[in-house]
Amino acid sequence: MCPTIVNNVETLCNVKHIVEMGAEQYTKLGTPNNTGTRLISLSGDVKQPGYFEIETGKVTLGELIYDENFGGGVRDGNGLQAIIPGGSSSKVLRAGETFPIGEDEVDLLDVPYDFDTLMKIGTMSGSGAIIVIDDSRNIVECLANLAEFYAHESCGQCTPCREGSLWMNKALHRMTHGGARTEDAEYLLHIAQNIQGRTVCAFGEACSWPVLSFVNKFKHEFEAKSLNTTDKETASTP
Amino acid sequence: MAEETQTEAPAVVETMVVKVDGREVEVPKLTEDWQGNLVPTTVLQACKHAGNEIPHYCYHPKLPVAGNCRMCLVHVGMPGRLGPDGKPPTNEDGSLKIDPMVLPYERQTPKGVIGCATNLVPGMEIYASSPETKQMREAVLESLLINHPLDCPICDQAGECKLQEYSSEHGQSESSFAEYKVHKPKKVNLGPRIILDAERCVLCTRCIRFSRDIADDDALGIVNRGSYNTISTFLDTPFDNNYTLNTVDLCPVGALTSKDFRFQMRVWFLKETRSLCSSCGTGCNTLIGSRENTMYRYEPRENNAVNGPWMCDSGRLNYKWIGREDRLSEVTGASGWATAIIEISAKLEEAQPGSVAIIGGARQTNEELYLLKKLANKLEAITDSAPRSGQGDNLLCCPDKNPNSAGSRLIGIANEDLGSRFAEIAQGIEAGTITSLIVFGDDVTKHGIDETLLDKLDLLVVSDILPNATTSKAHYLLPGCAHTEKRGTFTSVKGQVQKFMKALDGPGNARPEWEFLHELAENTTGQNGFSTIEGLFNQMAEEVEAFKDKELTWASLGNEGVTVEI
Ligand code: SF4
Ligand code: SF4
Ligand code: SF4
Ligand code: FES
Repeated sequence: MCPTIVNNVETLCNVKHIVEMGAEQYTKLGTPNNTGTRLISLSGDVKQPGYFEIETGKVTLGELIYDENFGGGVRDGNGLQAIIPGGSSSKVLRAGETFPIGEDEVDLLDVPYDFDTLMKIGTMSGSGAIIVIDDSRNIVECLANLAEFYAHESCGQCTPCREGSLWMNKALHRMTHGGARTEDAEYLLHIAQNIQGRTVCAFGEACSWPVLSFVNKFKHEFEAKSLNTTDKETASTP
Repeated sequence: MAEETQTEAPAVVETMVVKVDGREVEVPKLTEDWQGNLVPTTVLQACKHAGNEIPHYCYHPKLPVAGNCRMCLVHVGMPGRLGPDGKPPTNEDGSLKIDPMVLPYERQTPKGVIGCATNLVPGMEIYASSPETKQMREAVLESLLINHPLDCPICDQAGECKLQEYSSEHGQSESSFAEYKVHKPKKVNLGPRIILDAERCVLCTRCIRFSRDIADDDALGIVNRGSYNTISTFLDTPFDNNYTLNTVDLCPVGALTSKDFRFQMRVWFLKETRSLCSSCGTGCNTLIGSRENTMYRYEPRENNAVNGPWMCDSGRLNYKWIGREDRLSEVTGASGWATAIIEISAKLEEAQPGSVAIIGGARQTNEELYLLKKLANKLEAITDSAPRSGQGDNLLCCPDKNPNSAGSRLIGIANEDLGSRFAEIAQGIEAGTITSLIVFGDDVTKHGIDETLLDKLDLLVVSDILPNATTSKAHYLLPGCAHTEKRGTFTSVKGQVQKFMKALDGPGNARPEWEFLHELAENTTGQNGFSTIEGLFNQMAEEVEAFKDKELTWASLGNEGVTVEI
């Protein structure tokens, strides 16, 4: 029954630098208030998925995906559809979105990868796990995949997450197996809104944020699921 | 008198003011937790003071707080963070600035706190009835209901179910749920006395916490994850301590049912009567549930001086004898009550002083033992009560299995050691100095006065409820009543004098013992007595030292009784 310390790889990596360089030098890495380095785990539809270490805030999302030193571009020549920037619970970002940062309206791909900026644009850099989704994917199916994971992971201790996580999973399963209804987008939002902020642990946010952000940012695609045409064509019509 | 009575200075209770629904209420800063320690008062408790009951499932005042059901979510307003000057932000008029709580990442969305585990903060505003709070409740109820089987028509809990109650009070009439429900086992044999319907369970964990923290038996837990969570014992280990049935009371829904009560009676047909358990000296307070002169269950009735909200399983289930077919119901030895009392009175009047012995069982009431004592005084009779002992434990169960040993001692029927005079009585009968024996509620053949000795007696008057070796030897058999069939009081091992009410009629011609003892005592002693239980009790309280010290009256006992010096 002895306590066991479980350290993140990223932490050990940070410690190594701090011991070697000293704290002062280390804090000169990165950008103000976002100092040091981060370990990025880049996955999904990129040519070169993998782990990369960056100086916090010195690299943009676009560079992480397209630069030869990192992802090397979207796979198979496909276009970019969405980025999940900080682990699967972080709110999704839609390709083509722009954000007011300082004086400028900044394109998604020019957003620097750090804590503060991602927070400012309504998501988070969280675990540093970036998932890239290309335009060959059906976005409803992507969310269904996440919802299945969260329904399975919920410990079940508290009511909103225990019941809500499986509820969302069932709805998305139905939607991706021919049973989608036009009201399902609103239905999903209703479920997710009743989870966030009302649970014992942060898993409530973790399971509801993907649903809230996917449905809000890709509403048309979710509504289109109920129509009897192929999803992709319908979804790409503005 | 008033000048002499030393009134204790009331303990100073520190209070604070919070706003509930815009109204200022003064509440104590500290409140007792489940173990009786004083801890900061919570939002839920403050609302209760304000007369606004926050719905809750997992919270129970006598269990450790779990905070898992989220039913008690309530929207609140809080003072802001302390500024650089160390002071909280204020309004223009200098008053404390209170901001309704919002989600930190979505400031247009209100955030609730769980009332059961959120301590009061000075200045706090509790929006107990606001639309925001209402919406949070509706959502939690909707979540609890989506996978709920809704088998109220066949559910034993129907009529006393918190899911039914809260749904009609705080829920919506419709749910948008369009999926298939989760199915779980519906008839799990958790142990010898309990069946679990896992589909009805709202996973509040009250049963787990009760067993682990109160009954000291870490027997229950949850298996499977997320929405598939199911209450379970460890593998096939049965849930079998002497307190398991309390989980049926604690369970806010119909998930845990008592095998004894399952499908026996709809609860709304039950008449409730305040009573006591008579199975040991603890004197747990109970409620009898009965219908048409049949008893269906005992439930514990909360009394923090005695049993808290609990009772033991063996006491709870020990009521079947009341309705037994072989209950004594007719007077024998005489043609009926009137002649029996006249004949017995006449014989007792003739008896030589010291030739009568009286056994007043410690299952008789204080009033009955008092009347027997009056008889004994007049007849100079030797008296005693038979001891009954068994297993005790650290929670409630007392090794003294008589419900009124303390009463017997205080009234002077038995001395400290119940049964210590039986040998002397046996010798007296053997020697022919004791020729009459009156026995109420004990089988003396089990205590050294065997059948051969009983055969020597000129007069054997026996009153009991069920037949035994002593009743079969009686010259006069007077059928008595179970405590559920009369009113009266018992004195617990700790000196709590408590009353019980009548729930049922006795069988046939059986009568409450105090009624005919009163007639017998009047005839024999020539003194007038009281023919009502209130009068009788009050008279007794004047004469029995320990009762007199506390100025007991039938009325002053209230529903929870009064502790006397034992
Ligand atoms: S929010 Fe946390 S505690 Fe509650 S059920 Fe989900 S994982 Fe368990
Ligand atoms: S069985 Fe009853 S008491 Fe136990 S967790 Fe379920 S609802 Fe709560
Ligand atoms: S502890 Fe004693 S008085 Fe209480 S329920 Fe059990 S047997 Fe009855
Ligand atoms: S009563 Fe269950 S969380 Fe408060």
